[in-house]
Amino acid sequence: MKADSPKRTGSGIGETVLLPVRLAMGLIDAPLRWLQRVAGIGGMAAFFLMPNMLIFGIFVLLPFFINFAYSMTGGTALFLPDRSFVGGDQYARLFDCSNYLDANSCTEDTFWTAVGNTGWFVILQVTLMIIVSLITALILNRNLMARSFWRAVFFFPVLLSPVVVGLIWKWILQRQGLLNFGLYGFGFEPFTWLNDRNWAFAATVGVSIWAHMGFYTLILLAGLQAIPKDLYEAAEMDGTRPTRAFLRITLPLLAPNLLVVVVLVLIKAVQIFDEVYVLTGGGPGTSTLYITQYIYETGFATQLRNPGLAAAASILMGVVLVVLTLLQLSLSRSSEKKGARK
Amino acid sequence: MSRVAEFLLRRKGGKGWHWTDIVTWIWLLGGLFVMFGPAVWLVGSSFKSPAALAEFPPSILPYVTQKVTVEGYDKPLDLYEATLPDGRKATLAEVRRIGIVSQMVDPQKPGEIIKVNIGQRTPVRQMSFAMQNYSEPFTHFDFVRYLWNSVFVTVTATLITLVVNSMAAFALSKYEFRGRTFAMLLILATLMVPLSVIMVPLYSIVSALGLFNNLWGVILPTVATPTGVFILRQYMLTIPDELIDAARMDKASEWQIYWRIILPLTAPALAVLAIFSVVWRWNDFLWPLIVLSRKELYTLQVGLSIYSGELNVQWHFILAMTVVTMIPVVLVFIFLQRFITTGIAGTGLK
Repeated sequence: MKADSPKRTGSGIGETVLLPVRLAMGLIDAPLRWLQRVAGIGGMAAFFLMPNMLIFGIFVLLPFFINFAYSMTGGTALFLPDRSFVGGDQYARLFDCSNYLDANSCTEDTFWTAVGNTGWFVILQVTLMIIVSLITALILNRNLMARSFWRAVFFFPVLLSPVVVGLIWKWILQRQGLLNFGLYGFGFEPFTWLNDRNWAFAATVGVSIWAHMGFYTLILLAGLQAIPKDLYEAAEMDGTRPTRAFLRITLPLLAPNLLVVVVLVLIKAVQIFDEVYVLTGGGPGTSTLYITQYIYETGFATQLRNPGLAAAASILMGVVLVVLTLLQLSLSRSSEKKGARK
Repeated sequence: MSRVAEFLLRRKGGKGWHWTDIVTWIWLLGGLFVMFGPAVWLVGSSFKSPAALAEFPPSILPYVTQKVTVEGYDKPLDLYEATLPDGRKATLAEVRRIGIVSQMVDPQKPGEIIKVNIGQRTPVRQMSFAMQNYSEPFTHFDFVRYLWNSVFVTVTATLITLVVNSMAAFALSKYEFRGRTFAMLLILATLMVPLSVIMVPLYSIVSALGLFNNLWGVILPTVATPTGVFILRQYMLTIPDELIDAARMDKASEWQIYWRIILPLTAPALAVLAIFSVVWRWNDFLWPLIVLSRKELYTLQVGLSIYSGELNVQWHFILAMTVVTMIPVVLVFIFLQRFITTGIAGTGLK
């Protein structure tokens, strides 16, 4: 029924708009009938799969494999055949440190600074993100007036582009910004937040939580709503206290969703780039330089660009991401099994 | 009075207020402020003149100092409400400021200069929306160009995404062939290969194909999305195979089956994918930043970030352009939010 409705409602304008499309599709049909006669049904399956696989092969698979070759070459040339083979030199360079606990003792000190920053960012952002979105989901799961409105409130920033998010907060955190205005009311002097190393770092954590928490809240909320209400009713009959009900019913039943969300947040946090690049540009100094920005700048932006080194760094990051994704897949599979058993 | 309070505070089921209710409402109202506040502040600021943007503490609404043209002075002068040394109040125009003393004239009698301590004067202000923040970028910057590039990338990429992925989903859901599972796994495995991991070699491939500094170089790498294949395939699996068999009996070609039967029936899933795709492509940043280095090819996102990273940021233009960039996404949010939230809750994919 649903699929038919656009036809019926848009019979006037819709028909005229679709007319050329229809004609084109009709024209394509004749050669495709011929193809079908020659290649058979199986050939048609290949035909339907072809465009996707072609694009996918050229722009995802090929670069994926070339990346390994890339990471073993040196120089600044762009195309692989022009590049000189250096073996594991790029990796050796990344790992060349006199003291493994001090980023500044490494040849590629910015890489390790970026890794360290990303590590701290991931730890803080993931923890806070989970706490904030779990609380929000729990609150939205209550018997609320206008729940879909409140859900939309928290979801709103998810759709904004990272650039817009970065600019919104850059505008608020600057010297004449809203934050200083608010604090001024309490007698504080204006402060340039993004010029301070620690505050800039905190800002990147806070802003990325602000921008994405609605997404994870939504997944957790779906998990909460799948928990049968009668469990709580039974618990209430037995005189169970709400905190105990939360620890014994909500958390265990939400655990699969929670784990998936943790891994999703982790994967996204490791790759943080866009909004930070606009908000702080990695500064002040290197205090908010994260690993994706390091790869981007090493590969493209600096004067002495070194695509081989960037490729090696991106492969190291890729390994971390693959481990995390496999973790997510196995977790979601085990949660699916549990769901099936229920 | 207490009756009114009682009416407003009474709750469903006649239960009293629990501390968790108070926490709930503090969280929700705080959330409303924190989530919408920054965006609203940005929109409000975008109507302020550069002078109003530079002042601290900022005003909530866009005010400008009123100006007046005085005989004998080339430029319009700022108007002030000043307390004269003898205690009278008057509306005067400021000629110049020396230290803490302001030299002012009465607009009616421009001959005589009056000296007023700057503490003794307040500007005469009026509300005014600086619409030129919006109109000037269209003429000064290549703003129209960026807008057009963004629209072109978004629309083209979404159309190709729909066609290419629905064809693949059709093959993967309605045909039995060797390697089907392998193809499906391969596509899903792509979820593990984000752009940040392959951007260096992808750049060389796009350059080799002559797509560097070309909008197609932005479009093509994004269109074969695993999420799209996944959503569409799940939906097509629910379409009964009998429909296809019946069509084959009626001598329909496979292409007609795809085009006349499967696609119309998949419309709801296609709509969801289209909405997602529009938001993704409109918001894309890192890849366009790499591929597009010529100014006239920038998308809105790239243009905005480049201009906002300049040394002398022209915030009044940046803010207005940011608002324009937000518009399509806000429209999607207002009218189509329901589709997106159910889409996410259903698949767990962004």
